[in-house]
Amino acid sequence: MQFAQDRAVLDARWKELQREAHPDKFAAQGAAAQRIAMQWSVRINEAYQRLKDPLKRASYLCELHGAPIHAESNTAMPTDFLMQQMQWREALDAARTVQDMDEIASESNAVGREMLLKIEQTLDVSRDFSAAAQQVRNLMFIERFTSEVDARIDQLEQ
Amino acid sequence: MALLQISEPGQTPDPHQRRIAIGIDLGTTHSLVASVRNGVSECLPDEQGRVILPSVVRYLDADRRQIGFEALAAQVGDPRNTISSVKRLMGRGIHDIGSLAQLPYQLGDKPGMVTLQTIAGEKSPVEISAEILATLRYRAEDSFNDDIYGAVITVPAYFDDAQRQATKDAAQLAGLKVLRLINEPTAAAIAYGLDNASEGVYAIYDLGGGTFDISILRLTQGVFEVVSTGGDSALGGDDYDRALVEWVLAKAGLAADTLSPSDKAAMQQAARACKEALSAAESVPFSVRLARASVNFEMKAADFETATAHLTQRTLAAVRKALRDAKLAKDAIDGVVLVGGSTRMPQVRKAVASFFGREPLTNLNPDEVVALGAAISANQLVGNNTGADLLLLDVIPLSLGIETMGGLVERIVPRNQTLPTAMAQDFTTYQDGQTALALHVVQGERDLVADCRSLARFELRGIPPMVAGAARIRVTFTVDADGLLSVNAREQGSGVEAHIDVKPSYGLSDEEIARMLQESFSTAQQDMQARALAEARVDADRLTLATQSALAADVNLLSNDQRVQIDRLMIHVADARVQGDPATIEAATQALAKGTEAFAAQRMNRGIRQALAGKNIESI
Repeated sequence: MQFAQDRAVLDARWKELQREAHPDKFAAQGAAAQRIAMQWSVRINEAYQRLKDPLKRASYLCELHGAPIHAESNTAMPTDFLMQQMQWREALDAARTVQDMDEIASESNAVGREMLLKIEQTLDVSRDFSAAAQQVRNLMFIERFTSEVDARIDQLEQ
Repeated sequence: MALLQISEPGQTPDPHQRRIAIGIDLGTTHSLVASVRNGVSECLPDEQGRVILPSVVRYLDADRRQIGFEALAAQVGDPRNTISSVKRLMGRGIHDIGSLAQLPYQLGDKPGMVTLQTIAGEKSPVEISAEILATLRYRAEDSFNDDIYGAVITVPAYFDDAQRQATKDAAQLAGLKVLRLINEPTAAAIAYGLDNASEGVYAIYDLGGGTFDISILRLTQGVFEVVSTGGDSALGGDDYDRALVEWVLAKAGLAADTLSPSDKAAMQQAARACKEALSAAESVPFSVRLARASVNFEMKAADFETATAHLTQRTLAAVRKALRDAKLAKDAIDGVVLVGGSTRMPQVRKAVASFFGREPLTNLNPDEVVALGAAISANQLVGNNTGADLLLLDVIPLSLGIETMGGLVERIVPRNQTLPTAMAQDFTTYQDGQTALALHVVQGERDLVADCRSLARFELRGIPPMVAGAARIRVTFTVDADGLLSVNAREQGSGVEAHIDVKPSYGLSDEEIARMLQESFSTAQQDMQARALAEARVDADRLTLATQSALAADVNLLSNDQRVQIDRLMIHVADARVQGDPATIEAATQALAKGTEAFAAQRMNRGIRQALAGKNIESI
């Protein structure tokens, strides 16, 4: 499997499979049919979740090729990357308005997108899975930061 | 003995040419029932031709009650026994309910859910909602002069597990077979999508009487995929009324706590009338006579807008959050649909239009659109309409998790996961030799357990003693298509297991529901017998039919013996049906269900394997 995937094809395939397996299709049948349909439907959703999210897909590929992510035991990061993370966190602590936070989020999103392009290169062209695993770990950091920014915006808006 | 009918090979016999399926919008202020007739979804009217049923129940004494318009008219005169907006209390404890001072009821504090003290005794919101649902069920039965096969009930997308479970219990109490709970914005999208054959990404802004929902949906060829959802299950038109009351009280120099229950009800009604009139005029008179004073002045639309701007802003904050969750910008939205009576307020329309930079769609009646969509879905679920192949892929609105050390929440299912879903997380023991584990299931977005909704507690016992941290306890959350949760915990080494279907702690047991059904909805013994018989027969027919069509399609999966066994069970059902004893019919139906379980499983697995055949990860 390639890392690069056409999201539209993936989406269409997911919906096609759910059309066959979704419990609603078996609403007029007994409890047994419902239960089995539910199990299938759950598995299809699980597969789709793993494939549609680029970060999960990349992690999965690394794992398949013997380079598991193990984020909790691999915390070493390049210095310049850590510096950038610290700057963002300081900026987030100082941010007082939703606009400030939106700006920080769009910057971290932009860096995340660049990182994804690099991951694609590493996985599909150089096929260096342990290097890709390190990039995935970095991207996980960025995504966690982005979701923290979102959570701060949610809080501020409540 | 009656002769058994045998159909032409390959044809599915169908004793009920059409199964009657209904969609019910159980709303805060009013409720509706709709059904698909002659291919068109339409709301069913009462005897006077009105489709709307005010969601108001008045208890007259221990046995009698009024429901709908009559109850609404009596609200000012009998505020304590006339319950409105009960949806706001569904699945809620007393501490969850804000602005108690303005409610004219005597609330009881029961664990899990409030109760209301009425002349007919203590009533739970589930029972009161069941009265409304039963009224709509009777209306549908009268319209068709037949039994109802099943119903789709709508709930706000932002309802949590406790609120959903309470709604399902109410439907069961009203004697309805729930085909599915679906989210109100999704139902609205179905009504719109099928009418307009729309494709693209839509925002459904649904401001009802007591709840606000925002859903972002992607429509493609009959698939309604909810991308994200958000809202506030305690924000709606009622709050606009209340803000108006507060504004009026402040202007008139009156304090809320000096008002009698009748005064409160009168103020509420005057505020609602004023709000509705302001949808069509720039200024209207506000006038109400209270016990010790009367209030009369001219209310301006601009003042109403200012007094409620904070509420409109709260809805827009939820919209922004839903867009963030969907990872979509405002301009990615192809259309905005307004749903719910409260979207008639000009300030709401204006705010939504200016936020999205486009005029919202309002060509369907915002009061009816949810019920219409629910009916389309119900019709499809019972298999009446195989032509329009629609599929709903909904999401869970709020994250689910487990309490860990220090009162923190470990999230297991994040919000906006497509349903159905199952997710697991491993936990371990804290102390050496620990043999039991208490699990506390919570729902919400906050990190502290105290800030989330507590759904259930249960224990896993019999873990073999080990050193702290050695046990591997896998907790699996399974959320079905209705958004209802069940939890399983299993110690991986020993295989010790515990399981619960999460029910809010007010939990009506099945026996209680059966008892209430007997007490509330059947006065005469004969009626009850007749109803029980009719229901048993509908169930028997349903299963016989499903079995016959399964045999017609896949009889080759069975050995001769298995086939003979299933035939025998079907004959038992047919015999029991003719004899006419409800308990015997139920027993025979049960036996058939059990006897065909393995067959059903085989068929399903084969069908789905075929669909997946030849596909592996490389080909996706």
